[in-house]
Amino acid sequence: MAQTITYREALNQALREEMRRDSNILVLGEDVAAYGGAFKVTEGLLQEFGPERVIDTPISEEAIAGTGIGAAMVGLRPVVEMMTINFTTLAMDQIVNHAVKLRYMSGGQIKIPLVIRAAQAAGLQLGAQHSQNLESWYAHVPGLKVVAPSVPADAKGLLKSAIRDGNPVMFIEHEALYNAKGNVPDGEYLTPLAKAEVKRQGKDVTIISYLRTLILAMKAAEHLADLGIDAEVVDVRTLRPLDTETIVGSVRKTHRAVIVEEDWKSVGMGAEISARILEGAFDYLDAPVMRVALAEVPMPYSKPLEQLAVPSQDDIVMAVRQIMGKA
Amino acid sequence: MAISEKRAILTKNELISMYKEMLLIRTFEEKAAEMYTRGKIGGFLHLYSGQEAVAVGFISALRPDDYVIGAYREHGQCIAKGTDPKYVMAELFGKVTGISKGKGGSMHLFDIEKGFLGGHGIVGGGMPLAVGVGLAIKYKKEDKVCICFFGDGAVNEGAFHEAMNMVALWKLPVIYVLENNLYGMGTPIYRASSIPDLIRRASCYDIEREQVDGMDVLAVRDTAERSIRLAREHSEPRFIEAITYRYRGHSVADPGQYRTKEEVEEWRKRDPIVRMEKYLKDNLFITDDDLIAIRDEVNAKVQEAVDFAESSPFPPPDALYEDVYA
Ligand SMILES: Cc1ncc(C[n+]2csc(CCOP(=O)(O)OP(=O)(O)O)c2C)c(N)n1
Repeated sequence: MAQTITYREALNQALREEMRRDSNILVLGEDVAAYGGAFKVTEGLLQEFGPERVIDTPISEEAIAGTGIGAAMVGLRPVVEMMTINFTTLAMDQIVNHAVKLRYMSGGQIKIPLVIRAAQAAGLQLGAQHSQNLESWYAHVPGLKVVAPSVPADAKGLLKSAIRDGNPVMFIEHEALYNAKGNVPDGEYLTPLAKAEVKRQGKDVTIISYLRTLILAMKAAEHLADLGIDAEVVDVRTLRPLDTETIVGSVRKTHRAVIVEEDWKSVGMGAEISARILEGAFDYLDAPVMRVALAEVPMPYSKPLEQLAVPSQDDIVMAVRQIMGKA
Repeated sequence: MAISEKRAILTKNELISMYKEMLLIRTFEEKAAEMYTRGKIGGFLHLYSGQEAVAVGFISALRPDDYVIGAYREHGQCIAKGTDPKYVMAELFGKVTGISKGKGGSMHLFDIEKGFLGGHGIVGGGMPLAVGVGLAIKYKKEDKVCICFFGDGAVNEGAFHEAMNMVALWKLPVIYVLENNLYGMGTPIYRASSIPDLIRRASCYDIEREQVDGMDVLAVRDTAERSIRLAREHSEPRFIEAITYRYRGHSVADPGQYRTKEEVEEWRKRDPIVRMEKYLKDNLFITDDDLIAIRDEVNAKVQEAVDFAESSPFPPPDALYEDVYA
């Protein structure tokens, strides 16, 4: 049995189930309580858990992150909503210099079981300050876990795992996926962190992605099947720690890799994944690793330019055809 | 509600032009909302309806070479600073003729020639920028000033405090104008600020401060004249809290269910445009016919803006990589 629900509902269910299970879990952030969250992910939590556990904060990102960290230091398990990843830049010091380092610097005395939820994406015509994909910034830092679910089932299972994890977790959601529907198992389940998943089996080429571009990769694979190309699709799911084994294993099988990411190509996630493939599967490769990524520009507002900047299904199909020598 | 009696001495033309400006901004915004519903405008659209007196009262007291920095609810401020509405509308449409060439959108309007320095989508983000503008003015020994508009939500950002301290420490000619519309998105002040009396925030930085009825354009203008003169002559900051109200939700996508209908209606009774209309009729013998003529002129201007935006092209694909580096 399974239910068909949206990514948003899946996240909401995860929060509810975990909050019912453990009274140390609090949700805090700008407009998460009365307003129900900027993307309505926390809708109804205030009604069920009350204002002591679902807390509206002032617009003070650095202090919000710091509050989450402090509470985690002394035994709570806060889930902080940062509205969008764009605003986490104001909280970088707290996240990178405090949340991530306290355990290490204290010789393991301190534990920061904190989840920072942040939506990201381009595609909604919000201009350069509201349309960033900053996963590679956070995936750079040891001590932080970075999670990026692409389908409702993983959104739920990964958020529950993130909440139960003992580390600070940057949990990145995609703004354009909130209304996307998918099957979610009934009852209690957890999706393991740090595990990629082969979402489609294939033998000719591996397409590696996460978040919205994973969905595009799945569609591209269907299209490629019509062209006689059998693509395997790997959903990275956790960006740090990166599941090299699953990624490299798939490329060893298919001998070709196309990485699709929605962040900038320079120093982006794809660069890291590509390097791991070269380290682990160089002798298996029949073609250079290819990357499909965001244009190297701040995001323009104008719709045609924005669409041009973001990777499309066609871009993926084209890259695969090129790597297959069938362009 | 009557309009303020203590006020700067203004000519009839100045008074009419302030009225016209407020009406233009209101009409522009209502038209933009309509265009948004029709899918012509994307992204967020934060409307200024209700707050017009703040932008017009302040900016009308500036010189053309003075600067203005806004946040993301800045259409009205940009228009008041002198940008032709057609370039603002074209920007909202994402057209290449827009004031930011279609790259910025509603939240990122820039008109450097007119001294309009943005359009900033990060809450509180414009406040440190104003410190830099003030510093440059002082460094170049100019007698310009910079007005920085921000919302009640922004006072809780670190950027607010850091900017206030530096501007006071260095005695810079910056006028920080808090547009207190009582809400930051869906959160009312009393749930976001340890002191609801936000003007007190300026006191720990020892910045001269003043509160003004932001629904009364003449009162705002009067405060503006005074604070701008002092900032200009003594090169020192001012902090003004204008109490105002936005009629619509936070953005067009927000139905605003955290406020009651009665509350909105109560504020609408203090409408700055209606009050100014009455003032013009009572004191300057402006007739209904005059008002109709002004309205026609304003409507035509807004229609012209829409036509211009509609008929302009989108930026060409090459524009994607333009202006990334100088
Ligand atoms: C740093 C940052 N945090 C959060 C947001 C999301 N956000 C946009 S507007 C807003 C409310 C701001 O309220 P206020 O400063 O009172 O301005 P108003 O909308 O009333 O003009 C919030 C939380 C943002 N844009 N930037």
